[in-house]
Amino acid sequence: MSNSDDGPAAAADVPNEAFVRFDSVQKSYDGETLVVKDLNLDIARGEFLTMLGPSGSGKTTCLMMLAGFETATHGEILLDGTPINNVPPHKRGIGMVFQNYALFPHMTVTENLAFPLEVRKTSRSEIDRKVKRALDMVEMGEFGNRRPAQLSGGQQQRIAVARALVFEPDLVLMDEPLGALDKQLREQMQYEIKRIHDSLGITVVYVTHDQTEALTMSDRIAVFNDGVIQQLATPEDLYERPESAFVAGFIGENNRLRGVVTDIDGKHCSVQLEHGETVRAQRIRVSGEGAETMLSLRPERVVIDPVEGSLPNIFDARVEELIYLGDHIRTRVAVCGVDDFIVKIPNAQAHPIKRRGESLRVGWSAEDMRALDPG
Amino acid sequence: MTPAPDTAMVTADGLPLKLKLRQAERRKKLTAFLLVTPLLLFIIVTFVVPIFDMMRRSIDNPEIGEVLPRTTEALQAWDGRDLPPESVYAAFAADMVEGRENRTTGRVATRLNYEISGMRSAVNSTARRAARLEAPFKESLIETHARWGDPYTWQVIQRESGRFTASYYLSALDLRYDESGRITLQPEEQRIYLPLALRTFWLSGLVTVITLILGFPVAYMLATLPLRYSNLLMILVLLPFWTSLLVRTTSWIVILQSQGVFNDIVAFFFGEGARMQLMHNQIGTVIAMSHILLPFMILPLYSVMKTIPPGYMRAARSLGANPFTAFRRVYLPQTIPGIGAGALLVFILSIGYYITPALVGGRTGQLVGNLVAFHIQNSLNWGLAAALGTLLLGSVVILYFVYNRLIGIDNMKLG
Repeated sequence: MSNSDDGPAAAADVPNEAFVRFDSVQKSYDGETLVVKDLNLDIARGEFLTMLGPSGSGKTTCLMMLAGFETATHGEILLDGTPINNVPPHKRGIGMVFQNYALFPHMTVTENLAFPLEVRKTSRSEIDRKVKRALDMVEMGEFGNRRPAQLSGGQQQRIAVARALVFEPDLVLMDEPLGALDKQLREQMQYEIKRIHDSLGITVVYVTHDQTEALTMSDRIAVFNDGVIQQLATPEDLYERPESAFVAGFIGENNRLRGVVTDIDGKHCSVQLEHGETVRAQRIRVSGEGAETMLSLRPERVVIDPVEGSLPNIFDARVEELIYLGDHIRTRVAVCGVDDFIVKIPNAQAHPIKRRGESLRVGWSAEDMRALDPG
Repeated sequence: MTPAPDTAMVTADGLPLKLKLRQAERRKKLTAFLLVTPLLLFIIVTFVVPIFDMMRRSIDNPEIGEVLPRTTEALQAWDGRDLPPESVYAAFAADMVEGRENRTTGRVATRLNYEISGMRSAVNSTARRAARLEAPFKESLIETHARWGDPYTWQVIQRESGRFTASYYLSALDLRYDESGRITLQPEEQRIYLPLALRTFWLSGLVTVITLILGFPVAYMLATLPLRYSNLLMILVLLPFWTSLLVRTTSWIVILQSQGVFNDIVAFFFGEGARMQLMHNQIGTVIAMSHILLPFMILPLYSVMKTIPPGYMRAARSLGANPFTAFRRVYLPQTIPGIGAGALLVFILSIGYYITPALVGGRTGQLVGNLVAFHIQNSLNWGLAAALGTLLLGSVVILYFVYNRLIGIDNMKLG
């Protein structure tokens, strides 16, 4: 970097300068429909950002555009302030972990790891050192002479991660890297990847359709649907404060009630449900009085048999179904005209287990019920 | 270690489990065997038996021993120097008289003619006069034909009187017995088969390389294009298979001949003097064979390439390799089983090729196969044809083992 030139140096000094920036990026494959619609996204240096969404939501396309395997139809992608639309993939210096690992089957583990260094004309001794360090980092030091086919899925995954990191990229992309692993291994690898991210301070852009994975690992999550980022927030915000019916439904479990807004006062509103009851809810995305809304409520926020008058929303309910899940009993009840209302009853002394057909009272605060777009 | 009988697993009815398993499997095996029996018989009758018959013919040598039994016996005592004694001539005269009656002397005439040209007329003319020959037979035979006065003639008869002979193989390798009975190479101007074998291997290698260069990109496109395009391309690749080999070869004649399509175009642009001799030489053979054998290269390559996920190339590029390096270090090594299979297939088909060189090869574009056909159809020297065929078969088997050693036959992908 030039010291005499003040412009770029000054820009680099700004701490909040985005490391990766999508600037009104659009992508279309067929010229008729947009897979990615006007994407604006800033990713900070050192951040672990997850693109979460159902298949076909455009998240993988965004990752491929960043990696350079797809070209943006419109808009600009900037890496460290430099537009990279016309930079071929091999010159972007971005590490990537693929869904099926893509370890070269005709090379040993060591050769796989040495590959990115060899094409960069690194010296032999340097290669040996870096490969060893990368293998040690993923605790695979003894497997250097194996072929990928001789490794288990989890081991292949570690090697794929090591290979994406061995040439010390600042940015690593991961495209559903844990999709092929079983649940236990997946959870273990989530912590591994998170640990590596924290210790190396690299920027990670991670694509997944698994919300648990996203919540566990990410600094921020961008929820994709229909080519648009529905919400970009920390895992906590995303779960606690979803801003649209899609996000509320996609992340975690939620009870949905439909109604019409009858009254708005400040941050709250009254909603008349289709069945007739009126509930109080937080006003999140309501266009005005008389508008339809989707009310979202997390099952764990439902209070069973509350003290009368302690909550604004208390209704009669009837137990429809009980599913024993060990730590809690997932109870489906009929309330306010819907019969798929889920309540989680903790498996504890204070909460007697209900029986099917039994009546009970359920209630929740206005803060816990979010009035969202009709979806 | 075999388990003691009392500890062996037994079924509910007390029989050993292994025995029971064998009984249960036997029926299944029998059914499977019966299903393949027709094919097995077909292969034995049309493939295995002819091959062994060919190999037998290449060393089979009944003529002299059967037609000249007395001569054969009399010659056993001969030391091979100077002329044989009168007893041999007498035995020969008697054999000729009997052979004349049985009309079998022609076989000896032909057989001896393979060894010494001109012997056919010598034997035939002697056979015609055999009944009138009188003692001493030595003089009267030499008088009938001067060949009988040459010790070499008798050496050959002595050598070839055995039940089996190596002479067909020697001929096929341009070897011969010299005057003292040692095996030597033919003089250079008389060598036919070695140069032909070399040319066959060279042209087959060339065709293999050309089909590889032409076929590789096509196979790559077949494997990577979207389905609707690749299907169309596949039809184009397979189309030649649905056309007769003869038609394809003759269309090359139409294109390549000196007044043909290609030369007309050349002449149109560059004048009549620019016409090229593209046919009735090696160029014609190579062009037509490369075209005809191309699918045999493309299909094994395609079947291997189809199994290589595009992710590998992407991974290589994301790791910093430029497209060429990614191809050379990641894609190409994975296609080696296909290259090996395609090359082996094309090469093996090439060295036995016949129709195409026969039609467009002219004199310089002939291969071993054409000479085999010549000896079968024209010279009727089936022994030599069989020896040439067996040598071709042998070289294919050797190639197979070399391939197996270098690449491993398990790595071969034919489809």
